[in-house]
Amino acid sequence: MSAWTASAGRTRRSMGDVVFDIVNMALLLLLLVVTLYPILNTIAVSFNQASDTVRDSTFLWPRKFTTLNYSTLFQDGVLFHAFFVSVARTLIGTATSVFCTAMLAYTISRKEYALRKPISFIFVFTMYFSGGLIPTYMLIKNLQLNGTFWVYIIPGLVGAFNLIVMRSFMEGLPESLVESAQIDGANHFTIFIKIILPLSMPVLATVALFVAVGQWNSWFDTFLYNSSNIDLSTLQYELMKKLQSANMSVGGSAESAFANSKNVQANIVTPASIRAAITIVATVPIVIVYPFLQKYFVTGLTLGGVKE
Amino acid sequence: MPASTELANKQAYHPQDRKSLWKRLKQQKLLMLMSIPFLVYVIIFAYVPLYGWMMAFQNYKPGSSMLNNEWVGWSNFTELFQDDAFLRVIQNTLAMSVINLVFGFVSSIALALMLNEVRKIFFKRFVQTISYLPHFISWVVAANLIMNMLSIDGIINKVLVSLHVIKEPIMWLSEPHYFWWIIGSSNVWKEIGWSAIIYLAAMTMIDPSLYEAASIDGAGRFRKIFHITLPGIRSIIVILLIMNIGHILDAGFEQQYLLQTPMVVDYAETIDIFVLKYGINLSRFSFATAAGIFKTVISVVLLLAANRMAKRMGQERLF
Repeated sequence: MSAWTASAGRTRRSMGDVVFDIVNMALLLLLLVVTLYPILNTIAVSFNQASDTVRDSTFLWPRKFTTLNYSTLFQDGVLFHAFFVSVARTLIGTATSVFCTAMLAYTISRKEYALRKPISFIFVFTMYFSGGLIPTYMLIKNLQLNGTFWVYIIPGLVGAFNLIVMRSFMEGLPESLVESAQIDGANHFTIFIKIILPLSMPVLATVALFVAVGQWNSWFDTFLYNSSNIDLSTLQYELMKKLQSANMSVGGSAESAFANSKNVQANIVTPASIRAAITIVATVPIVIVYPFLQKYFVTGLTLGGVKE
Repeated sequence: MPASTELANKQAYHPQDRKSLWKRLKQQKLLMLMSIPFLVYVIIFAYVPLYGWMMAFQNYKPGSSMLNNEWVGWSNFTELFQDDAFLRVIQNTLAMSVINLVFGFVSSIALALMLNEVRKIFFKRFVQTISYLPHFISWVVAANLIMNMLSIDGIINKVLVSLHVIKEPIMWLSEPHYFWWIIGSSNVWKEIGWSAIIYLAAMTMIDPSLYEAASIDGAGRFRKIFHITLPGIRSIIVILLIMNIGHILDAGFEQQYLLQTPMVVDYAETIDIFVLKYGINLSRFSFATAAGIFKTVISVVLLLAANRMAKRMGQERLF
């Protein structure tokens, strides 16, 4: 982008150009503020004393610092357990999904494979056509997956979009690598594990990020299949329940619906302050993970988007 | 080594020598072993539910087998279209979809253009990184943030009151006629950076000499944007437009479900929420399945139509 500006020379940097840049930067800064403020404000609320938050809204910094909201949250057995279910489903779900998607992608990236085309088509088709909520719900019930942890892992094991992103990447790898390994007597599984997987790290990281974020953020499957089983509740679902109860009573005393915590009467924490704390706990893992994977996913996304 | 060459020849695929499918499959046992289980998997989880579509033409009773239910023909569908609630739901879905589509396109293309004009690489990277952060946040978290911002003592009210735009705080989420626009705006907040990625990538493909030539001809920044950058990303815009038209009945589910309050329900319910409500909450499986089928069929028809239109216009197309 700087190529043409460099050649533009000294006189071309006109008044209009400068104004353009200033307005442009100002608008982008505004976007930054709008994006970040809600998050920073919620962090401030989560660390602010609840009674103080009720009196006057906090902005970017907690006025009366406390970690009570967080300690109340983690003393709540259900929330604590839900946090671990969320972690477990994210770790297990991501590992299995990435491995299975990669293995399948490897097979359909082999040009000589007879079932390459049919398998690709059958998967791509699912991107445009699906049974819909009710038939899927009935299927899960018939398979007796509801009420189990595996309902978080199995239905989303291999997704068409991720499969195509991986296949495109693997097709771009030099063919000679596979050929020479075959001459050395390696079979396809060995080639996949020892050669293709290590070389596919960028795309594996991209897909891992997508899957992990999806797993961590998901609440609807808990709601549909495990809502009666508190042992399998997830953090997002618990947060969703708190949000719903606040919504139902939106208006006057917005927060009266929350009566679980014995601290409420003492007015030490409020539903709003607890909600802020859960919101932050539910966000932090993503904010930590994504800068590390960021350099990969732009390539990954562009690849997937353009090819499909 | 003759033995290994023979092996390599055997495994390399030559389209010319049309070996019988069986012969090839026999040689590819391991590839099959690595892929067939997933084929079975996708058939069960993506195609078996299609068999559940039969329910829409039956009077399905929970717990019974799908094969010995009473067949009722199209009556579930006719009931659907006589249901005022369903018509209202379609209206909501279309309205929010169109708002999302227009807002989403305009905002993300605008952001990509603005980022593309930034000369300070560090600043550009920083804005970009922050702008797609919300994409990774769940809708539950986002709904919480949005609710806080829009609450009676939230920042939006504070700012608007202090700027004298409004006299007193508004309960945004309780006002039915604001709901669609709140959904549209929150969608922009969450996805603007993410959707801009692909346009930015397309912009880097544009030949820099075009800009140089335009500069020599005396074109200003806006002229370059309108005559070089935008035409340069036209094909990607068309592709994404087609893909989005296929999703026009996907106004979303989570946002509406999470942000709705009792006061705005009439404007918040989308087809997906309708299906959930009738299917899961009220156990009217056949009726809800019919609504779901309606949605899928319309989506596919729209997708095919958009694709054909793009073909006719001589643009790149999806398939």
